[in-house]
Amino acid sequence: MREISFSEATLEAMKEEMERDEKVFIMGEDIARQGGIFGQFRGLPQLFGTERVRDTPITETAIVGAGVGAAMAGMRPVVDMHFADFLGVAMDEVFNQMAKIRYMFGGQTTMPLVLRAPDGIARSAAAQHSQSIEAWFLHVPGLKVVIPSNPADAKGLLKSAIRDDNPVIYFEHKGLFPMKGKVPDGEHFVPIGKADVAKEGTDLTIVSYSLMMNRVKEAGKILEDKGIKAELIDLRTISPIDKETIFESLAKTKKLMVVHEAVKIGGVGAEIAAMAAEEMLDYLDAPIKRLGAPFVPVPFSPALEKLVKIQTDDIVQAAEELCR
Amino acid sequence: MDKLNSKVVKYFYTTMIRIRKFEETINEYFLKGEIPGFVHLYIGEEAIGTGVCANLRDTDFITSTHRGHGHTIAKGAKVKYMMAEIFGKRTGYCKGKGGSMHIADFSVGMLGANGVVGGGYTLATGAALASKLQNKDNVSVCFFSDGASNRGTFHEAINMAAAWKLPAIFVCENNQWASTTPYRTTTAIENIADRAIGYGIPGVIVDGNDVFEVYKEAEKAVDRARSGGGPTLIEAKTYRIKGHFVGDPEMYRTKEEVKKVMEENDPIARFKEKATEKGLMTEKEMQEIDKKIEKEINEALKFASESPSPEPEELYQDLYV
Repeated sequence: MREISFSEATLEAMKEEMERDEKVFIMGEDIARQGGIFGQFRGLPQLFGTERVRDTPITETAIVGAGVGAAMAGMRPVVDMHFADFLGVAMDEVFNQMAKIRYMFGGQTTMPLVLRAPDGIARSAAAQHSQSIEAWFLHVPGLKVVIPSNPADAKGLLKSAIRDDNPVIYFEHKGLFPMKGKVPDGEHFVPIGKADVAKEGTDLTIVSYSLMMNRVKEAGKILEDKGIKAELIDLRTISPIDKETIFESLAKTKKLMVVHEAVKIGGVGAEIAAMAAEEMLDYLDAPIKRLGAPFVPVPFSPALEKLVKIQTDDIVQAAEELCR
Repeated sequence: MDKLNSKVVKYFYTTMIRIRKFEETINEYFLKGEIPGFVHLYIGEEAIGTGVCANLRDTDFITSTHRGHGHTIAKGAKVKYMMAEIFGKRTGYCKGKGGSMHIADFSVGMLGANGVVGGGYTLATGAALASKLQNKDNVSVCFFSDGASNRGTFHEAINMAAAWKLPAIFVCENNQWASTTPYRTTTAIENIADRAIGYGIPGVIVDGNDVFEVYKEAEKAVDRARSGGGPTLIEAKTYRIKGHFVGDPEMYRTKEEVKKVMEENDPIARFKEKATEKGLMTEKEMQEIDKKIEKEINEALKFASESPSPEPEELYQDLYV
């Protein structure tokens, strides 16, 4: 199978979906003339023109709101947030409009809108350009939230998101854009709401997603050398969470660890831990372990920034403690 | 005005009376405790929604506000499904999920009232963008009020619509009150329409209680938008006769102030005077419409009262497709 980058994988998804359906268009800041800050839109305006690949004013509220309005009027917009952190600027449009309109209006409309949100720590971008805020949206009924960890899923989840009639927030870790990986040729879909058992194991279950999933896979290999067989679950979608896959794994391994780059308190790991504690307590042989960032904004200096990132060794160590 | 056909004139009167009678009924039944939540009335502002929507087609879009009954009726929604919605019944437009503040009728391009003040601008802009991308000549109208004109969304949406020459019309209903706060205590300029210059679009002021004037200015703006000329900001000067919500003790103004406006500037009374004077409609024609509307509202009330409430299994319906 050919290898392409995460960034190229998202570009392929965009091209295929825009070719297939004229209703699909994309808008955001610096996407047409510049090609996106991570080059993830390069070449699209040449193929589809600057009407369908639109540079917008710096106006996140209007960009998301216009996406909602266009979706109600029959389009399938993809909106680029530039940085996930800027979702905060458009929060009313995200959680009061986009998420609720279908429900409030009794199903009179669909909301086929995708928000692309580059997130995560990369190159000392500091507190307002580095956050992992996916957990905020887990708390909002009406939204779907996906978060790929590799190029194949990046393509498959983006295509699924664009074809979904519900609003989807698509988090793409900035550190993943250059990552190369095998991606199937042609049409490739990853279903929303379905986790992937990335590696089977019997000793403990480690649930993760996005960039951190790659650390977890590295840790999995090291653990194997140490005689610990970890089952690794790539969540891929965090709303709705694929409880079934996690519980099936837990029934087998009886130990649970969740790893994410986001702040540990109130994170996705908290929800998964609560689900397991509520419904799987009888199976559990050890306390649930969560690894996440400390309760602090992401600092600028590389000397400090590295302290908020989970490292492969942290995962190995935590897993060893859990299996002791 | 001479060009106005009798159909349009009849639409003016029928629509304004329909809104007035509908809301008087809502007011009555809310005070009786039969309507849940809270409601905001449009009484006294009927000429604006009516005069603007008289220029629109079913395929055109509007976005509305928490004070949205008038816009919804003017755009062509049926009062019986509106009434049922406001009563929280499953036969309502939104199956009882929305209520007064979240009525929508997508079949006539009414994209929803909005519980968030200033929530409609960007949605209308997006609907206008869709029309442009689809090469359709549909226009989008965003109704808002003086209170909402101070939201950041006003700036973001109008700038975007102007920069992209979208077929959008922004209609400010300056009713002098931002909830309970007088407009001029929160806004340094007298005319919101003056802001249009900052976006490079026309800004016009119109007497919002004169349906003929509203119609005429909206017609120009709609034609301009439809033919690719871009947005217009219309400021319709009016006055909110009722409190911010039904049950508002209105400590912030005198009863005399309200009474004076109603006596001197009621849009329906003004229509009657002008229509009679110009011979556009007879007293008899108006009385027939009054009767028709009364019957319609009574039937809507009966429909709403007799309709079932949503069932528990409907709780999760329409959350996701």
